[in-house]
Amino acid sequence: MKASKKATGAGIVLLTGLCAFGIIGVVVFVMGTIIAGGHGMMTWKFLTSAPAQGMTAGGIFPAIVGTFFLVLIMSIVGVPVGTITAIYLSEYVRQDSWIAKSIRFAVNTLAGIPSIVFGLFGLGFFIQFVGRNMDRLFTPEGQLVWGQPCILWASLTMALLTLPVVIVSVEEAVRAVPKELREASLALGATKWETIIRIVLPNSITGILTGGILAVSRGAGEVAPILFTGAAYFLPHLPTKLSDQFMELGYHVYIMSTQSTNVEETAGIQYATTLVLLLLTFALNFSAIYLRYWMRKRSLQ
Amino acid sequence: MEDEISKIVIRAAAVSLWYGAKRALSDVTMEIREKCVTAFIGPSGCGKSTFLRLFNRMNDLIEGVRITGSVTIDGTDIYRDSLDVVDLRRKVGMIFQKSNPFPKSVYENVAYGPRIQGIKRKSDLDAIVERCLRQSALWDEVKDGLYHSALGLSGGQQQRLCIARALAVKPEILLMDEPASALDPLSTAKIEELIYTLKTDYTIVIVTHNMQQASRVSDYTAFFYMGELVEYDKTPVMFTSPKLKRTEDYITGRFG
Repeated sequence: MKASKKATGAGIVLLTGLCAFGIIGVVVFVMGTIIAGGHGMMTWKFLTSAPAQGMTAGGIFPAIVGTFFLVLIMSIVGVPVGTITAIYLSEYVRQDSWIAKSIRFAVNTLAGIPSIVFGLFGLGFFIQFVGRNMDRLFTPEGQLVWGQPCILWASLTMALLTLPVVIVSVEEAVRAVPKELREASLALGATKWETIIRIVLPNSITGILTGGILAVSRGAGEVAPILFTGAAYFLPHLPTKLSDQFMELGYHVYIMSTQSTNVEETAGIQYATTLVLLLLTFALNFSAIYLRYWMRKRSLQ
Repeated sequence: MEDEISKIVIRAAAVSLWYGAKRALSDVTMEIREKCVTAFIGPSGCGKSTFLRLFNRMNDLIEGVRITGSVTIDGTDIYRDSLDVVDLRRKVGMIFQKSNPFPKSVYENVAYGPRIQGIKRKSDLDAIVERCLRQSALWDEVKDGLYHSALGLSGGQQQRLCIARALAVKPEILLMDEPASALDPLSTAKIEELIYTLKTDYTIVIVTHNMQQASRVSDYTAFFYMGELVEYDKTPVMFTSPKLKRTEDYITGRFG
């Protein structure tokens, strides 16, 4: 009896340990494969030149630029909207009211929607509804300017997808602002709004930045939302206006590995592109983690 | 001792207050005189801080508070619907138990209130900052570090900075909620000295746990117990010949 119990115990330790180390193994394997396959291609020239010879050579510069503008426009829209929502949620509604509950429910639901659904929503709402109607009103008959995939609609779709990340992060930061500081401000004759602008927001700035960075890192890693809303297979020039299509890193990996004429020949490019994408998301995530750590440490003082 | 004809500034009539279903104040009626120091004493949870916070409507921030009775300041009912709380709070400043300077420079802390009021000229702000820091006896200690963070000051200095910050909006009344309870004896003495000089210009209401402090700084003392005002009189009377046994027991330390 005793011996069998001991054996079971040892078995459980072994099993749980294997699972845990298995995860490390997977990470090492994935990273190792990507680095091994991609590091040879990672040159300055690769990062700064456009694809050439039917995308079998050259670099990924347009995809980097496209990704940059995608997340930039996304942040310009998403961070303010998310911040305002978080301020409203934490400062203006009673926590147990049905308004607060329904907003929270909506935010959580938004966070749980598969990203491809966002892509379809973007296509249906932004392009076919908003865009087509804009064209009907503002552009000469028969021309498509806004009623087609472009960087603006892709960015807005991505902003919707990343909104919950911003809201949660900002709300946490806003709540961490000590009650004493708000009271001090109000007792000096400041209105609630003045207190939010002058005390609450400046003291939540790291939370807002963290939210922005997490959103960017999430956005940079998603392909599905931009599939139908603006990403292009190949473009001979960089996007110059909001109604242009764009190339993007994640999408570039996807098309190179599934749509290209010779997948074998471009394996190096694929690995290197993936490596760039990974490094970008890691760097963003680590800076978000560091900012959050710094913020917590500061708020404890 | 103040003369009897000193004007009454704050008048509370039959004030009761509930936090949800819990009654925190019962039928409190009292008058507070101009340019005097009035101390509220009593054991923890007796309602003295709650009563103090009625005068600048800080209780408004707590959900589920219900108030009956009336509080008037200079004849104005401060709980009437049309009252501007912001104006009230400019007139009635507050110092909190835990010093709460903003994580800004010493200068910006004092300039906060005036800036909110729309004062922008640097020379005007400079003058206000210097005047208030001098009034709160902090100027000599911080004049060379006006642009350093206020969080680098000692606890006592921070509390005097909070007093300077409150003075900068030119209040007429100062509410102090146990302003020295977190300070060492030396810093406490400085705050008490400050209260003594400030009362020539301001009406001061102070909540304190410290009997000696109440007897040292105040002209009038009110003893609260279980949400009721038990006894209220001139401080020397309260401390030497209180009318009620309960007051005497508390003051002499037999309970509480």
